Amino acid sequence: MRNIILFGLMGLALVAAGEFQSWPFALTILNLCLISAVMALGVNIQWGYAGIFNVGIMGFAALGGVAAVLVNAAPVPEAWAAGGAGIGASLLAALAVIGLIVLIRKKLSGQLRRYATIAAVIGGYFAVREVYDPAVAAIEAIDPAKTGYLGGLGLPIIFSWAVGGAFAAGGAWVVGKVALGLRSDYLAIATLGISEIIIAVLKNEDWLTRGVKNVSTLKPDVPTAIELQGADWFLGVATWLDADPVAASGIAVKLFYAVLFALVLAGLMWFAERALKSPWGRMMRAIRDNRDAAEAMGKNVTRRHLQTFVIGSAVVGIAGAMLTTMDAQFTPGSYNPLRFTFLIWVMVIVGGSGNNWGSVLGGFLIWFVWIEAERFGPIVMELVTSGMDPESPLRTNLLDSAAHLRLFLMGAILLLVLRFSPRGLIPEK
Amino acid sequence: MTDLLNALALLSNFVIVPGLAYGSQLALGALGVTLIYSILRFSNFAHGDTMAFGAMLTILATWWFQSMGISAGPLPTALLALPIGIVGTVLFALATDRMVYRYYRKIKAANIVLMMASVGVMFVMNGIVRVVIGPGEQRFADGERFIIRAREFKEMTGLAEGISLRTTQAITVVVAVIVVALLFWFLQKSRTGKAMRAYADNEDLALLSGINPDKVVLVAWIIAATLATIAGTLYGLDKSFKPFTYFQLLLPIFAAAIVGGIGNPLGAVAGGFVIAFSEMGITYAYKRFIGYIGPDGWVPDGLVQLLSTDYKFAVSFMILVLVLLWRPTGIFRGKVL
Repeated sequence: MRNIILFGLMGLALVAAGEFQSWPFALTILNLCLISAVMALGVNIQWGYAGIFNVGIMGFAALGGVAAVLVNAAPVPEAWAAGGAGIGASLLAALAVIGLIVLIRKKLSGQLRRYATIAAVIGGYFAVREVYDPAVAAIEAIDPAKTGYLGGLGLPIIFSWAVGGAFAAGGAWVVGKVALGLRSDYLAIATLGISEIIIAVLKNEDWLTRGVKNVSTLKPDVPTAIELQGADWFLGVATWLDADPVAASGIAVKLFYAVLFALVLAGLMWFAERALKSPWGRMMRAIRDNRDAAEAMGKNVTRRHLQTFVIGSAVVGIAGAMLTTMDAQFTPGSYNPLRFTFLIWVMVIVGGSGNNWGSVLGGFLIWFVWIEAERFGPIVMELVTSGMDPESPLRTNLLDSAAHLRLFLMGAILLLVLRFSPRGLIPEK
Repeated sequence: MTDLLNALALLSNFVIVPGLAYGSQLALGALGVTLIYSILRFSNFAHGDTMAFGAMLTILATWWFQSMGISAGPLPTALLALPIGIVGTVLFALATDRMVYRYYRKIKAANIVLMMASVGVMFVMNGIVRVVIGPGEQRFADGERFIIRAREFKEMTGLAEGISLRTTQAITVVVAVIVVALLFWFLQKSRTGKAMRAYADNEDLALLSGINPDKVVLVAWIIAATLATIAGTLYGLDKSFKPFTYFQLLLPIFAAAIVGGIGNPLGAVAGGFVIAFSEMGITYAYKRFIGYIGPDGWVPDGLVQLLSTDYKFAVSFMILVLVLLWRPTGIFRGKVL
């Protein structure tokens, strides 16, 4: 009952935003709420089911974004001709070096093994760079203002949601293999570092994603507002509804996305709830609540942790691909750990860790507050400083930076919830 | 011979001098993180923003001094303003401890909860800094800019390569040496310092011997906030002040603390320099350096750069992973988390 009321209130808040601000604005919030909810769900799978403290959410979301580029962007045949073979060769060379290192570690022993490994790492690095550098230079020289990268497959962007999940899962597997044996603090710092590395790679490997030059030529599958305005059936519907076709087309496009995102969220929710109620879910909670006891019962804790880490990250990757789809562009420079990692954590904690419905509600609520706070921050500041001299530099300075009050607000919300209601809005049963 | 000297000068100018300054800044930051970890037993995610907060207070005080016409002659005015920044940051840190962390200590919460709370504090401090001083870049270094300019060095020695030494770099190293020496003296010799080490080593035993935990925690926060303010101000003087950069400093600082051995102050200092020199050394283009020490007249075609400078933060993290795999307690045998 309480849950229905909470979700009802959330819906009312969105409707109010539509009624008093504007409907396109409210729908944009709704779409991002849905994406945030998916991300929070992924984090909740890791934190709520298994107690894994992952602070690398940003990296997995960005991997989802890469998938959108690689699936949807138009291929650049000239770039492939110029450097495709070189990139392929350097990949093969890298694999060969890794194989060599594995061989050395297997066949040799003692001091010799150590020195041989170091020599192979250093020699292999320069050998790979020897092939890789010219190929990259060749690709990036192809019309750098427009392309300068390999491009994608030119497939419908909706496929990228699954591919994004797969990318993030693959990344999480590698990360988990290295870092999951560590205790919580190290894992947190390790994931924080890995997400920064992923962003650094995306910003600088221009041949893959154009780096900070951004990919803004993604083509979504849903019709654009312009196309709708030219379509007879849509004009018919608009006249029947007695609506302005231009405004209606913008809203219609956003509604398309909202429906698609809601479907994804519903599907993932169904899986997550089923998993939680299954024997697997009970095992996960047993591991989380008493790791040693579960291990003594013969559960392979490390393995289960890796599994949960991969699944949760895949969900975050799907959300990342959805986000890039909606923006219709990929901008590596816009990934910021405050917005993409720590804000998601606030959502999970506020919503109720361990409860899937809680994290969905948290995703909606916190995103709503995050956006509205940016709008209301300056208004509040205007009131607070209204007693001051309008010309005073302090007042103008405060008004200019008032939008950043929302960071303060998020911290305060997180601290208050942790202190007074640590189980969140919808506690775990 | 001149070639060798030239190569050395080149390396000093671009790797060793900046590395020493950056390493000192990281060491001061890592000392704060390690101290909080060993006394309060959690990784403080708010430390980078504490540095930003302290630096911000110092900048505001610097502007105030400048408007009154007070200056430190050839030294930056910020050094005079530093005590004000330290007092303000210490008060803020004590207030957060009173309002946030003390409750979790009392209920003996898991350290992950404390870590989460520090994320909340991080958001709050980040918001305050951006509202008060804005998200933009601030430069506040004044006074003499250089101790030795590259041109003067060249004229003095007759070498082709010069070494320039900025005032801020020298100040950073000198201040760091003084602060670290004081801190070690305090921890080794003073009564309170010994009590802190005992508390860090074995909490129950320390309590049994009549050590007052509240006092230990209080002193830990005072020292950590002081170190953070000094580190933040020195970093801002040396480069420039921008709130987001300080947030990003968190990663190399954590890496330094862990690489050295978390909970071990000596390790934090060593870790700071290991991280700083690896970042500088791996992202430096050795083309001209090899030109000097290699065979006569031969210069490599490429830049001979191991990684591009954009991967600076990635380097600190890769070192972290290597240390975790080979020697999880860090170089100086700290605690295992």
